[in-house]
Amino acid sequence: MKENNINSGRVQKAPENFLNQEGIRTVFAEGKSGRRDFIRNAFAAAAAGAAVPAALAQGNPVPTEGGDPNILNLPEHATGLGQGVASNNGYGVPSRFESNIQRRQSPGLTQTTQASVSFAPLQSLFGIVTPSGLHFERHHQGWWDIDPSKHRFMVNGMVKKPMVFTMDEIMRLPSVSRFHFIECGANTAVDWGNVAVPTVQYTHGMVSCSEFTGVPLITLLELAGADLKNGKFVLAEGGDGSSMTRTIPMSLITSGEVLVAYGQNGEMLRPENGYPLRLIVPGVQGVSWVKYLRRVEVGDQPYAAKDEAVHYIDLMKDGQHRQYTSIQECKSVVTTPSGGQVLLDKGFYNITGLAWSGRGKVKRVDVSVDGGRNWRQARLETPVLSKALTRFNLDWVWDGKPAIIQSRAQDETGYVQPTYQQLRAVRGTRSIYHNNAIQSWLVQENGEVKNVQLS
Amino acid sequence: MSSFRKIILTAALVAMAGMALAQSDKYPGLGRAATPKEVAKWDIDVRPDFKGLPPGSGSVAKGQDVWEAKCAHCHGIFGESNEVFSALIGGTTADDIKTGHVANLSRTDFPGRTTIMKVATVSTLWDYINRAMPWTNPKTLTTEEVYSVTAFLLSLANVVPDDFVLSDKNIAEVQKRMPNRNGMTTAHAMWPGKEFKGAAKPDTANTICMKDCAPEPKHASLLPDFARNAHGNLADQNRLVGQQHGADTSRPEGKATPAPGTAAPAAPRTEVNNESKGAIALLNKHSCTACHGVDKKVVGPGFNEIAKKHSGKADYLVGKIKSGGSGVWGPVPMPPQSLPEADAKAIAAWIAKGASK
Repeated sequence: MKENNINSGRVQKAPENFLNQEGIRTVFAEGKSGRRDFIRNAFAAAAAGAAVPAALAQGNPVPTEGGDPNILNLPEHATGLGQGVASNNGYGVPSRFESNIQRRQSPGLTQTTQASVSFAPLQSLFGIVTPSGLHFERHHQGWWDIDPSKHRFMVNGMVKKPMVFTMDEIMRLPSVSRFHFIECGANTAVDWGNVAVPTVQYTHGMVSCSEFTGVPLITLLELAGADLKNGKFVLAEGGDGSSMTRTIPMSLITSGEVLVAYGQNGEMLRPENGYPLRLIVPGVQGVSWVKYLRRVEVGDQPYAAKDEAVHYIDLMKDGQHRQYTSIQECKSVVTTPSGGQVLLDKGFYNITGLAWSGRGKVKRVDVSVDGGRNWRQARLETPVLSKALTRFNLDWVWDGKPAIIQSRAQDETGYVQPTYQQLRAVRGTRSIYHNNAIQSWLVQENGEVKNVQLS
Repeated sequence: MSSFRKIILTAALVAMAGMALAQSDKYPGLGRAATPKEVAKWDIDVRPDFKGLPPGSGSVAKGQDVWEAKCAHCHGIFGESNEVFSALIGGTTADDIKTGHVANLSRTDFPGRTTIMKVATVSTLWDYINRAMPWTNPKTLTTEEVYSVTAFLLSLANVVPDDFVLSDKNIAEVQKRMPNRNGMTTAHAMWPGKEFKGAAKPDTANTICMKDCAPEPKHASLLPDFARNAHGNLADQNRLVGQQHGADTSRPEGKATPAPGTAAPAAPRTEVNNESKGAIALLNKHSCTACHGVDKKVVGPGFNEIAKKHSGKADYLVGKIKSGGSGVWGPVPMPPQSLPEADAKAIAAWIAKGASK
C-alpha cells in the first residue's frame, strides 16, 4: 500500500463519547450488576449490521477434492533450485510477503516529514527486540547519515579538562551491551482525551527496544575529571541542525546506567536512530536519548532547554505545567488481538503483549477479557530485564461473544499501571505526555477488534 | 636522523608525555584536551541564569526585518500561524505579566497553547532560536539577529514595548515579565533523581484486584465509522498470516471479512521510477519539502499542484526556484533559493513533467 494513498486530512477529534445517554446508563447499570451481557448490549450499536462472517467458519477445512492443493501439488520451491548466497548487495532483507510490516506516519499528525514521527508496527512484532528498520522515529529537524570518521564527542563544563574524542577512541574504551526500551514521552498522547486512532501501531508505536552497545557516560566524565559532587546536572547536545539539548541527572549517570552508544542490535546505530553516536538514558523518555550526540556539559543547574520548557512539559488541571517529567512509568499493552485486527474464528488464541517500566523490572502482568471485572495472571517470557520491554502471553478461548481485552502491569517497585479514570483524576486530559493508562480493545462478535475507552 | 627531525621527535614526545599526565591513568592514549577555540564553537547553550549568553543587543525594529525575511513564512507575520508548527504568540494578557501565571492554561475551552503561553524562561527562547532556527538553516543568525528576533517576539506578546532594545544587560529584567514565569512545578515523582526534591510517590495508586472488580464505567468512546479507514486500509498494515489478520477497512464492516487462507497475496511494493527518485532526493537535500509536499500543500503549494498549473514550463520554474516570489499561490512569500543550477533544472524538469512519485 502506498502511503500517498492515505487520506492526509486531519483526523477528526473523537467526541467525548459515542454512546447516547441511554447507552451510557445501560453500560453503567449492567456493569455494576456484573452481567457479562453488558458489553454486548453496550456495543450493539457499534456492531450493528455485522452478520456473522465467513471468517467464523472452520479455518482449515479439508477441501472436497480430498486434499489441500498446497500439499498435493508440489510448488516450484520444492522442485527447483533456490537463490545463491550474499544476494541483495550482501545485506539480507525481509521476505517480500512481509511488506505490510512498516513503520508508518499517523495521517494528519504533523505537517512536515522532518519534524515528525513514524510508529513501530507493534501488532506484528514478536519477543522484545524491535528490528532496527522498524524502530520508531522522532525527528525534530530531519535525520542525517553522518560520516563517523568526522564525528567528534566533547566533554566540557565543570571538568578539570575539557576533552574531545573520536569515534575510534570511544570504541576502544571498555563497552557494555544492554537491552533497554525507548519510549517517546508523547506515546499514546492522542488517546488522553478519548479514542482517536484505530490500531496499536498508532496508540503505542512510539516504543521500541534494542540491545545497545556503548561506553558508560561516567567513564568519559571521569576521564575529563568531572566534578561529580557539585555537577548535579549534565546537558546532552546533538550535532545536527536541531542540536537537541536535554538535562540529565548526575545521579543516573554515576549509577553507570547512562551510555554513550554506537551499537544497536549487533550492528551500528541506524542513521534514523542517531548514527554514529547517541545517548542511552534507561527508563527516561526518548527525547533525552540525544541522537548524533556531540557534547555533554557538566553543570550545577538544570538547563530549561526548548524540549523541557516549551515541549515535554505536562499540563495539569490547575494550569501549572509539570517540568522535568522524565521517567516512563509502568505500562503495558496487548498487541494481539488489538485494534484493526480480525479474529479468524472462535476457539483458542494466545493473547500476547508488551510491558515495561522506567523504574526497573516488570513484576507481573494481569489480563482481563471482560473490561476489567475479572483478571488472570499472564506468563512473563524470558528475559525479564530492567527498563526493557517484557513479553507476556495468556491462553484464551474465544466464545464468539463481545469481549474487552485489557492488560495491567506492575513493576518491581510495587507500582501498578493506572486506569484512565485514575490517571485523569490526578492529571486531567490535557497533559499530552506520559499517558500510561490501561488500554482496552473491544472484540466484536464479527471478530473485528476496535480501540475503545470505557472508564 | 637529521637534527631537525630529532627536534620534531623530541617535541612530540614531550607533548605526548604532557598529555598522558593530564588524563586518567586508566585509559592511556584515549581522548585529548579540547582547545578553547573548539569549546567556544560548540558550547553555545544558555541557561536560565543566563550563563552562556554572549554579550550583545538587538532591537524590536531590527527583529521585525529579520522575522519577515527568515521566519514569517513558517510562523506567520505575527508568530500566530499554526500551519506548519504550533503558534508562537497569542493567549497571554497584561494580567498574566503581573502574576506570572497564564490564566488561559487553566481553561479547558481555550483552543491551543502557544509557545509564549507555556515558556517560563526567556533564556529558552534565546537558546533555541540561536541553536536551531531558521529551521532549514540553523545556526546562521548573528548574535544581534538572535537578540532582535527574541525582542520582536516578546514585543508581539506585549512583554516589551515596540521601541525596546534587548541586551545581555536587561534580559534579567525581561525575565521578570515573562507571562508564565511561575507556571512550572517540579512537585512530581517523574524525575529520576532527588535534585528537585519532587514527590517521593507516584501520583496514581492502582491496586491489584483479580475478581469481581467494579470498573464502574461512566462513558465509552469508539472511533466513529467514518474514521475506520482514516489511517489507510488496516488489512494492508498487518501480516498476511497470523492468529489475527488486518480488518479490510476499505469495505463496510461485517459484510465480507475474508475467510482464512483466502487473503490476497501481498502486492509487491510499487516501483518508483528513477527520475522521480532523483528529483525527490534533491527536494529533501535542499529542504524544499519543508514547505512543499510532493502531493499536498504545506506552507507552499504541493508539487503536484505546481505541476498542474505549470506543466511543460521547466524554464519558468527554474526562474521561480532561484528568485522566489509571492502572489501566485497566496500571500506567503517564498524566499529565493540558492542551489546549484543543475539541481534547480532537474527539479524544474521533474515538476514540468508532472511531479510523479
